[in-house]
Amino acid sequence: MPKITYIDQKGISQTFNVENGLTVMEGAVQNNVPGIDADCGGSMACATCHVYVEESWFNRLPAAEDAEKDMIDMAYDPKKNSRLSCQIIVSDEIDGLIVTTPEKQT
Amino acid sequence: MIKTDVVIIGAGPVGLFAVHQLGIKGLKSEIIDNLDKAGGQCIELYPDKPIYDIPAVPECSGKSLTDNLLKQIKPFGSTFHLKERVQEIKDEKGTWVVKTNKNKIFHTPNIIIAGGVGSFEPRKLPLKSLTKFEDKSVFYSVTDKNLFKNKKISIFGGGDSALDWALEFSNYSKVTLIHRREEFRGTPHTLKELEKLKKKGKISIKTPFQIKSVNEGEKLKFVEIENYDEKTENIETDVILGFFGLIMQLGPIAEWGLSMSKKTIEVNTQNFETNKQGIFAIGDICSYPGKLKLILSGFHEAALASVECFKRARPNEKYKFQFTTSSKEIQDRLGIKK
Repeated sequence: MPKITYIDQKGISQTFNVENGLTVMEGAVQNNVPGIDADCGGSMACATCHVYVEESWFNRLPAAEDAEKDMIDMAYDPKKNSRLSCQIIVSDEIDGLIVTTPEKQT
Repeated sequence: MIKTDVVIIGAGPVGLFAVHQLGIKGLKSEIIDNLDKAGGQCIELYPDKPIYDIPAVPECSGKSLTDNLLKQIKPFGSTFHLKERVQEIKDEKGTWVVKTNKNKIFHTPNIIIAGGVGSFEPRKLPLKSLTKFEDKSVFYSVTDKNLFKNKKISIFGGGDSALDWALEFSNYSKVTLIHRREEFRGTPHTLKELEKLKKKGKISIKTPFQIKSVNEGEKLKFVEIENYDEKTENIETDVILGFFGLIMQLGPIAEWGLSMSKKTIEVNTQNFETNKQGIFAIGDICSYPGKLKLILSGFHEAALASVECFKRARPNEKYKFQFTTSSKEIQDRLGIKK
Protein backbone atom coordinates (compact mmCIF):
# COMPACT_ATOMS: atom_id res chain seq x y z
CA MET A 1 0.00 0.00 0.00
CA PRO A 2 1.40 3.46 -0.87
CA LYS A 3 2.72 5.58 1.98
CA ILE A 4 1.62 9.22 2.27
CA THR A 5 3.29 11.66 4.65
CA TYR A 6 1.39 14.58 6.12
CA ILE A 7 3.39 17.36 7.81
CA ASP A 8 1.71 20.13 9.83
CA GLN A 9 2.85 23.73 10.31
CA LYS A 10 4.76 22.81 13.47
CA GLY A 11 6.76 20.31 11.42
CA ILE A 12 5.14 17.25 12.99
CA SER A 13 5.12 14.50 10.41
CA GLN A 14 2.84 11.47 10.22
CA THR A 15 3.02 8.72 7.61
CA PHE A 16 0.15 6.37 6.79
CA ASN A 17 -0.50 3.54 4.39
CA VAL A 18 -3.34 4.72 2.18
CA GLU A 19 -5.22 2.36 -0.10
CA ASN A 20 -4.94 2.77 -3.85
CA GLY A 21 -7.91 4.65 -5.29
CA LEU A 22 -8.58 6.74 -2.20
CA THR A 23 -7.71 10.43 -2.31
CA VAL A 24 -4.98 12.04 -0.24
CA MET A 25 -7.82 13.89 1.56
CA GLU A 26 -9.60 10.62 2.43
CA GLY A 27 -6.30 9.19 3.68
CA ALA A 28 -6.03 12.18 6.01
CA VAL A 29 -9.62 12.06 7.26
CA GLN A 30 -9.52 8.29 7.91
CA ASN A 31 -6.38 8.72 9.97
CA ASN A 32 -7.56 11.84 11.81
CA VAL A 33 -4.79 14.02 10.40
CA PRO A 34 -5.39 17.49 11.85
CA GLY A 35 -5.45 20.49 9.51
CA ILE A 36 -7.54 18.95 6.72
CA ASP A 37 -11.19 19.87 7.23
CA ALA A 38 -12.73 18.60 3.97
CA ASP A 39 -16.04 20.34 4.70
CA CYS A 40 -17.65 19.45 1.37
CA GLY A 41 -16.55 15.83 1.46
CA GLY A 42 -14.52 15.87 -1.75
CA SER A 43 -16.81 17.58 -4.23
CA MET A 44 -14.21 20.30 -4.94
CA ALA A 45 -16.50 22.95 -3.54
CA CYS A 46 -14.86 24.27 -0.39
CA ALA A 47 -11.02 24.37 -0.55
CA THR A 48 -10.69 23.19 3.06
CA CYS A 49 -8.51 20.18 2.16
CA HIS A 50 -5.83 22.49 0.77
CA VAL A 51 -2.25 21.21 1.02
CA TYR A 52 1.19 22.17 -0.22
CA VAL A 53 2.87 19.41 -2.20
CA GLU A 54 6.60 19.08 -1.72
CA GLU A 55 8.35 20.62 -4.74
CA SER A 56 9.96 17.40 -5.99
CA TRP A 57 6.54 15.78 -6.08
CA PHE A 58 4.49 18.67 -7.43
CA ASN A 59 5.46 18.27 -11.07
CA ARG A 60 5.17 14.50 -10.95
CA LEU A 61 1.47 14.62 -10.08
CA PRO A 62 -1.13 14.85 -12.86
CA ALA A 63 -1.76 18.61 -13.28
CA ALA A 64 -4.72 20.27 -11.57
CA GLU A 65 -7.84 20.86 -13.64
CA ASP A 66 -9.08 24.43 -14.12
CA ALA A 67 -11.90 23.88 -11.64
CA GLU A 68 -9.39 22.87 -8.98
CA LYS A 69 -7.24 25.94 -9.69
CA ASP A 70 -10.35 28.12 -9.44
CA MET A 71 -11.09 26.61 -6.05
CA ILE A 72 -7.50 27.06 -4.86
CA ASP A 73 -8.01 30.80 -5.52
CA MET A 74 -10.38 30.68 -2.56
CA ALA A 75 -8.03 28.80 -0.22
CA TYR A 76 -6.18 30.30 2.71
CA ASP A 77 -2.66 31.39 1.69
CA PRO A 78 -2.31 29.57 -1.63
CA LYS A 79 1.20 29.05 -2.98
CA LYS A 80 2.73 27.81 -6.22
CA ASN A 81 2.66 24.24 -4.96
CA SER A 82 -0.91 24.33 -3.66
CA ARG A 83 -3.28 21.47 -4.41
CA LEU A 84 -6.61 20.24 -3.10
CA SER A 85 -5.91 16.89 -1.47
CA CYS A 86 -9.34 15.60 -2.54
CA GLN A 87 -8.13 15.72 -6.14
CA ILE A 88 -4.95 13.70 -5.66
CA ILE A 89 -5.73 10.03 -6.13
CA VAL A 90 -3.48 7.57 -4.36
CA SER A 91 -1.67 5.05 -6.55
CA ASP A 92 1.63 3.16 -6.53
CA GLU A 93 3.10 5.99 -8.64
CA ILE A 94 2.75 8.43 -5.75
CA ASP A 95 4.03 6.09 -3.05
CA GLY A 96 6.07 8.30 -0.71
CA LEU A 97 4.21 11.56 -1.45
CA ILE A 98 4.78 14.32 1.10
CA VAL A 99 2.22 17.07 1.68
CA THR A 100 2.19 19.92 4.18
CA THR A 101 -1.00 21.32 5.64
CA PRO A 102 -1.45 25.11 5.72
CA GLU A 103 -1.55 27.20 8.91
CA LYS A 104 -5.33 26.96 8.74
CA GLN A 105 -7.99 26.12 6.18
CA THR A 106 -10.21 29.20 6.29
CA MET B 1 -41.45 38.69 19.39
CA ILE B 2 -42.57 35.59 17.50
CA LYS B 3 -44.05 32.60 19.36
CA THR B 4 -43.78 29.26 17.65
CA ASP B 5 -43.66 25.52 18.37
CA VAL B 6 -40.23 25.05 16.82
CA VAL B 7 -37.43 27.26 15.55
CA ILE B 8 -35.40 25.52 12.85
CA ILE B 9 -31.88 26.78 12.26
CA GLY B 10 -30.79 26.00 8.71
CA ALA B 11 -32.89 25.77 5.55
CA GLY B 12 -30.98 22.96 3.89
CA PRO B 13 -32.78 19.78 2.81
CA VAL B 14 -32.88 18.39 6.35
CA GLY B 15 -34.23 21.63 7.88
CA LEU B 16 -36.87 21.75 5.14
CA PHE B 17 -37.96 18.18 5.76
CA ALA B 18 -38.20 18.95 9.48
CA VAL B 19 -40.88 21.52 8.58
CA HIS B 20 -42.79 18.67 6.94
CA GLN B 21 -42.46 16.22 9.82
CA LEU B 22 -43.50 18.90 12.33
CA GLY B 23 -46.26 20.14 10.04
CA ILE B 24 -48.00 16.80 9.68
CA LYS B 25 -48.09 16.63 13.48
CA GLY B 26 -49.79 20.02 13.55
CA LEU B 27 -46.74 21.95 14.80
CA LYS B 28 -45.84 25.42 13.54
CA SER B 29 -42.22 26.20 12.75
CA GLU B 30 -40.10 29.20 11.77
CA ILE B 31 -36.95 28.61 9.77
CA ILE B 32 -33.83 30.79 9.86
CA ASP B 33 -30.91 30.72 7.41
CA ASN B 34 -27.95 32.97 6.72
CA LEU B 35 -28.16 32.49 2.94
CA ASP B 36 -30.57 34.46 0.78
CA LYS B 37 -32.42 31.32 -0.33
CA ALA B 38 -33.44 27.89 0.92
CA GLY B 39 -31.43 24.79 0.03
CA GLY B 40 -28.22 25.09 2.04
CA GLN B 41 -25.18 23.36 0.59
CA CYS B 42 -27.34 21.78 -2.13
CA ILE B 43 -28.01 25.21 -3.57
CA GLU B 44 -24.86 27.05 -2.62
CA LEU B 45 -22.22 24.43 -3.38
CA TYR B 46 -23.64 22.01 -5.91
CA PRO B 47 -26.98 23.12 -7.41
CA ASP B 48 -26.25 21.23 -10.65
CA LYS B 49 -24.41 18.20 -9.34
CA PRO B 50 -26.42 15.00 -9.57
CA ILE B 51 -27.38 13.20 -6.35
CA TYR B 52 -28.03 9.45 -6.65
CA ASP B 53 -28.89 8.32 -3.15
CA ILE B 54 -32.24 9.85 -2.30
CA PRO B 55 -34.60 6.89 -1.78
CA ALA B 56 -36.96 6.38 -4.74
CA VAL B 57 -35.33 9.26 -6.64
CA PRO B 58 -32.75 7.62 -8.93
CA GLU B 59 -31.18 10.95 -9.84
CA CYS B 60 -31.79 14.58 -8.98
CA SER B 61 -29.84 17.82 -8.66
CA GLY B 62 -29.36 19.90 -5.53
CA LYS B 63 -31.67 22.47 -7.10
CA SER B 64 -34.48 20.04 -7.94
CA LEU B 65 -34.23 18.36 -4.53
CA THR B 66 -34.66 21.78 -2.90
CA ASP B 67 -37.52 22.77 -5.19
CA ASN B 68 -39.37 19.54 -4.47
CA LEU B 69 -38.92 19.87 -0.72
CA LEU B 70 -40.23 23.44 -0.86
CA LYS B 71 -43.26 22.16 -2.76
CA GLN B 72 -43.76 19.38 -0.23
CA ILE B 73 -43.78 21.78 2.76
CA LYS B 74 -45.84 24.50 1.11
CA PRO B 75 -49.10 23.48 2.87
CA PHE B 76 -47.57 24.23 6.27
CA GLY B 77 -46.87 27.89 5.54
CA SER B 78 -43.69 28.15 7.61
CA THR B 79 -42.07 31.56 7.58
CA PHE B 80 -38.51 31.77 6.25
CA HIS B 81 -36.17 34.27 7.86
CA LEU B 82 -33.39 34.42 5.27
CA LYS B 83 -30.10 36.35 5.34
CA GLU B 84 -30.36 36.10 9.09
CA ARG B 85 -28.20 34.28 11.57
CA VAL B 86 -29.10 33.12 15.07
CA GLN B 87 -26.83 35.01 17.39
CA GLU B 88 -27.79 33.79 20.84
CA ILE B 89 -30.18 31.52 22.66
CA LYS B 90 -31.13 31.58 26.29
CA ASP B 91 -33.39 29.66 28.61
CA GLU B 92 -36.16 31.73 30.23
CA LYS B 93 -38.13 29.55 32.65
CA GLY B 94 -38.22 26.56 30.34
CA THR B 95 -38.80 28.55 27.15
CA TRP B 96 -36.01 29.05 24.66
CA VAL B 97 -35.48 32.64 23.59
CA VAL B 98 -33.76 32.83 20.21
CA LYS B 99 -32.25 36.08 18.98
CA THR B 100 -30.96 36.74 15.45
CA ASN B 101 -28.35 39.21 14.23
CA LYS B 102 -31.23 41.38 13.00
CA ASN B 103 -32.62 41.47 16.55
CA LYS B 104 -35.61 39.31 15.75
CA ILE B 105 -36.72 37.40 18.86
CA PHE B 106 -38.47 34.02 18.99
CA HIS B 107 -40.00 32.23 21.97
CA THR B 108 -40.22 28.47 21.56
CA PRO B 109 -40.13 25.20 23.49
CA ASN B 110 -38.00 23.58 20.76
CA ILE B 111 -34.99 24.46 18.65
CA ILE B 112 -33.88 22.16 15.86
CA ILE B 113 -30.35 22.86 14.65
CA ALA B 114 -30.02 21.64 11.07
CA GLY B 115 -27.00 23.78 10.37
CA GLY B 116 -24.93 21.51 8.15
CA VAL B 117 -21.30 22.46 8.52
CA GLY B 118 -22.25 25.93 9.74
CA SER B 119 -23.44 29.14 8.15
CA PHE B 120 -22.01 30.50 4.96
CA GLU B 121 -19.78 33.54 5.52
CA PRO B 122 -17.49 35.37 3.12
CA ARG B 123 -13.91 34.18 3.17
CA LYS B 124 -11.54 36.88 4.31
CA LEU B 125 -8.07 37.98 3.34
CA PRO B 126 -5.40 36.18 5.39
CA LEU B 127 -4.09 39.28 7.15
CA LYS B 128 -4.90 39.98 10.81
CA SER B 129 -4.09 43.67 10.54
CA LEU B 130 -7.12 44.12 8.23
CA THR B 131 -9.66 43.33 10.95
CA LYS B 132 -9.65 46.87 12.34
CA PHE B 133 -10.44 48.27 8.89
CA GLU B 134 -13.33 45.89 8.24
CA ASP B 135 -16.61 47.55 7.22
CA LYS B 136 -14.76 50.89 7.08
CA SER B 137 -12.23 50.41 4.32
CA VAL B 138 -12.10 46.64 3.90
CA PHE B 139 -15.17 44.89 2.50
CA TYR B 140 -16.09 41.39 1.38
CA SER B 141 -19.33 42.33 -0.36
CA VAL B 142 -20.87 45.42 -1.89
CA THR B 143 -24.08 46.69 -0.36
CA ASP B 144 -23.84 50.36 -1.29
CA LYS B 145 -22.07 51.26 -4.52
CA ASN B 146 -21.75 54.90 -3.46
CA LEU B 147 -19.11 53.94 -0.93
CA PHE B 148 -16.88 53.06 -3.85
CA LYS B 149 -17.17 56.24 -5.93
CA ASN B 150 -14.06 58.30 -6.71
CA LYS B 151 -11.84 56.06 -4.65
CA LYS B 152 -8.63 54.14 -5.10
CA ILE B 153 -9.85 50.55 -4.88
CA SER B 154 -7.77 47.38 -4.62
CA ILE B 155 -9.83 44.34 -5.54
CA PHE B 156 -8.52 40.89 -4.64
CA GLY B 157 -9.82 37.74 -6.32
CA GLY B 158 -10.09 36.18 -9.76
CA GLY B 159 -13.70 35.04 -10.07
CA ASP B 160 -16.95 36.51 -11.32
CA SER B 161 -17.61 38.81 -8.36
CA ALA B 162 -14.11 40.29 -8.43
CA LEU B 163 -14.29 40.85 -12.19
CA ASP B 164 -17.81 42.25 -12.28
CA TRP B 165 -17.12 44.79 -9.55
CA ALA B 166 -13.74 45.68 -11.08
CA LEU B 167 -15.51 46.52 -14.35
CA GLU B 168 -18.28 48.45 -12.61
CA PHE B 169 -16.02 50.52 -10.37
CA SER B 170 -13.57 51.30 -13.17
CA ASN B 171 -16.29 53.63 -14.50
CA TYR B 172 -15.79 56.08 -11.66
CA SER B 173 -12.86 54.93 -9.54
CA LYS B 174 -9.22 53.96 -9.88
CA VAL B 175 -9.24 50.17 -9.74
CA THR B 176 -6.36 47.76 -9.24
CA LEU B 177 -7.28 44.11 -9.67
CA ILE B 178 -4.94 41.74 -7.86
CA HIS B 179 -5.00 37.97 -8.36
CA ARG B 180 -2.72 35.12 -7.33
CA ARG B 181 -2.35 33.71 -10.88
CA GLU B 182 -2.51 34.92 -14.49
CA GLU B 183 -5.83 33.30 -15.34
CA PHE B 184 -9.15 34.82 -14.38
CA ARG B 185 -12.40 32.91 -14.16
CA GLY B 186 -15.26 34.74 -15.81
CA THR B 187 -17.60 34.69 -18.77
CA PRO B 188 -15.90 35.26 -22.16
CA HIS B 189 -17.70 38.60 -22.38
CA THR B 190 -16.40 39.78 -19.00
CA LEU B 191 -12.86 38.68 -19.83
CA LYS B 192 -13.01 40.60 -23.13
CA GLU B 193 -14.23 43.74 -21.36
CA LEU B 194 -11.44 43.43 -18.83
CA GLU B 195 -8.86 43.16 -21.60
CA LYS B 196 -10.32 46.28 -23.28
CA LEU B 197 -10.18 48.34 -20.10
CA LYS B 198 -6.65 47.19 -19.42
CA LYS B 199 -5.54 48.31 -22.89
CA LYS B 200 -7.19 51.70 -22.42
CA GLY B 201 -5.38 52.04 -19.09
CA LYS B 202 -8.69 52.26 -17.21
CA ILE B 203 -7.80 49.41 -14.91
CA SER B 204 -4.55 48.13 -13.49
CA ILE B 205 -4.08 44.37 -13.23
CA LYS B 206 -1.48 42.81 -10.97
CA THR B 207 -0.82 39.07 -11.36
CA PRO B 208 0.40 36.79 -9.87
CA PHE B 209 0.28 38.84 -6.70
CA GLN B 210 -1.14 38.37 -3.21
CA ILE B 211 -1.56 40.72 -0.27
CA LYS B 212 1.45 41.00 2.05
CA SER B 213 0.71 43.92 4.37
CA VAL B 214 -0.99 47.28 4.77
CA ASN B 215 0.19 50.52 6.31
CA GLU B 216 0.15 51.09 10.06
CA GLY B 217 -2.18 53.64 11.60
CA GLU B 218 -5.89 54.32 11.62
CA LYS B 219 -6.40 55.16 7.96
CA LEU B 220 -5.81 52.79 5.08
CA LYS B 221 -3.30 54.33 2.65
CA PHE B 222 -1.68 51.49 0.77
CA VAL B 223 -1.44 47.75 0.39
CA GLU B 224 1.79 45.93 -0.15
CA ILE B 225 1.51 43.03 -2.57
CA GLU B 226 3.99 40.29 -3.29
CA ASN B 227 4.49 37.78 -6.09
CA TYR B 228 5.93 34.27 -5.95
CA ASP B 229 9.46 35.62 -6.52
CA GLU B 230 9.03 37.79 -3.41
CA LYS B 231 8.97 40.95 -5.49
CA THR B 232 6.81 43.50 -3.67
CA GLU B 233 4.91 46.59 -4.74
CA ASN B 234 2.91 49.22 -2.86
CA ILE B 235 -0.50 50.18 -4.25
CA GLU B 236 -2.13 53.40 -3.07
CA THR B 237 -5.50 52.32 -1.72
CA ASP B 238 -8.54 53.85 0.00
CA VAL B 239 -10.66 50.72 -0.08
CA ILE B 240 -9.91 47.00 -0.25
CA LEU B 241 -12.45 44.56 -1.62
CA GLY B 242 -11.89 40.80 -1.32
CA PHE B 243 -13.87 38.16 -3.20
CA PHE B 244 -12.96 34.62 -2.22
CA GLY B 245 -16.37 32.98 -2.16
CA LEU B 246 -18.14 31.66 0.87
CA ILE B 247 -16.96 29.37 3.62
CA MET B 248 -19.00 27.47 6.14
CA GLN B 249 -18.40 28.45 9.74
CA LEU B 250 -19.99 27.12 12.86
CA GLY B 251 -20.13 30.63 14.33
CA PRO B 252 -22.16 31.29 17.50
CA ILE B 253 -23.51 27.70 17.74
CA ALA B 254 -20.20 26.72 19.35
CA GLU B 255 -20.91 29.07 22.26
CA TRP B 256 -24.29 27.71 23.36
CA GLY B 257 -22.97 25.17 25.84
CA LEU B 258 -23.86 22.17 23.69
CA SER B 259 -21.57 19.17 23.92
CA MET B 260 -19.56 19.12 20.77
CA SER B 261 -17.02 16.85 19.16
CA LYS B 262 -15.00 17.92 16.12
CA LYS B 263 -17.31 20.76 15.04
CA THR B 264 -20.42 18.56 15.39
CA ILE B 265 -23.08 18.43 18.11
CA GLU B 266 -23.51 15.23 20.12
CA VAL B 267 -27.05 13.85 20.22
CA ASN B 268 -28.84 10.72 21.39
CA THR B 269 -30.28 8.51 18.68
CA GLN B 270 -33.72 8.18 20.22
CA ASN B 271 -34.88 11.72 19.48
CA PHE B 272 -31.71 13.58 18.43
CA GLU B 273 -31.84 15.83 21.45
CA THR B 274 -28.56 17.45 22.54
CA ASN B 275 -27.36 17.75 26.13
CA LYS B 276 -29.88 20.59 26.48
CA GLN B 277 -33.57 19.72 26.71
CA GLY B 278 -35.55 21.06 23.80
CA ILE B 279 -32.52 21.60 21.59
CA PHE B 280 -32.14 19.06 18.83
CA ALA B 281 -29.46 18.64 16.17
CA ILE B 282 -30.08 16.81 12.91
CA GLY B 283 -28.31 16.37 9.57
CA ASP B 284 -24.58 16.88 8.98
CA ILE B 285 -24.15 18.93 12.15
CA CYS B 286 -25.02 16.12 14.57
CA SER B 287 -22.89 13.20 15.64
CA TYR B 288 -23.57 9.85 17.30
CA PRO B 289 -22.00 6.43 16.99
CA GLY B 290 -22.32 5.29 13.38
CA LYS B 291 -23.42 8.68 12.02
CA LEU B 292 -23.39 8.98 8.23
CA LYS B 293 -23.43 12.41 6.64
CA LEU B 294 -26.14 11.57 4.15
CA ILE B 295 -29.26 13.56 3.30
CA LEU B 296 -31.38 10.46 3.85
CA SER B 297 -30.01 10.04 7.39
CA GLY B 298 -30.95 13.65 8.07
CA PHE B 299 -34.53 12.96 6.97
CA HIS B 300 -34.80 10.10 9.46
CA GLU B 301 -33.34 12.27 12.21
CA ALA B 302 -35.91 15.00 11.42
CA ALA B 303 -38.78 12.51 11.76
CA LEU B 304 -37.66 11.28 15.17
CA ALA B 305 -36.82 14.72 16.55
CA SER B 306 -40.27 15.99 15.52
CA VAL B 307 -41.94 13.46 17.82
CA GLU B 308 -40.14 14.80 20.87
CA CYS B 309 -40.85 18.37 19.72
CA PHE B 310 -44.55 17.47 19.68
CA LYS B 311 -44.42 16.11 23.24
CA ARG B 312 -42.73 19.28 24.45
CA ALA B 313 -44.96 21.70 22.53
CA ARG B 314 -48.22 19.87 23.43
CA PRO B 315 -47.57 18.46 26.92
CA ASN B 316 -51.29 17.89 27.52
CA GLU B 317 -51.93 15.95 24.32
CA LYS B 318 -51.07 12.35 23.68
CA TYR B 319 -48.83 11.74 20.70
CA LYS B 320 -50.26 9.24 18.26
CA PHE B 321 -48.29 7.83 15.40
CA GLN B 322 -50.13 8.13 12.07
CA PHE B 323 -49.52 7.29 8.42
CA THR B 324 -50.01 9.90 5.71
CA THR B 325 -51.78 7.26 3.61
CA SER B 326 -54.61 6.78 6.07
CA SER B 327 -54.78 9.70 8.49
CA LYS B 328 -57.57 12.12 7.70
CA GLU B 329 -55.98 14.60 10.12
CA ILE B 330 -52.66 14.62 8.28
CA GLN B 331 -54.35 14.83 4.90
CA ASP B 332 -56.29 17.88 6.09
CA ARG B 333 -53.06 19.50 7.22
CA LEU B 334 -51.61 18.77 3.81
CA GLY B 335 -54.67 20.42 2.26
CA ILE B 336 -55.64 17.28 0.35
CA LYS B 337 -59.19 17.38 -0.97
CA LYS B 338 -60.94 14.12 -1.76
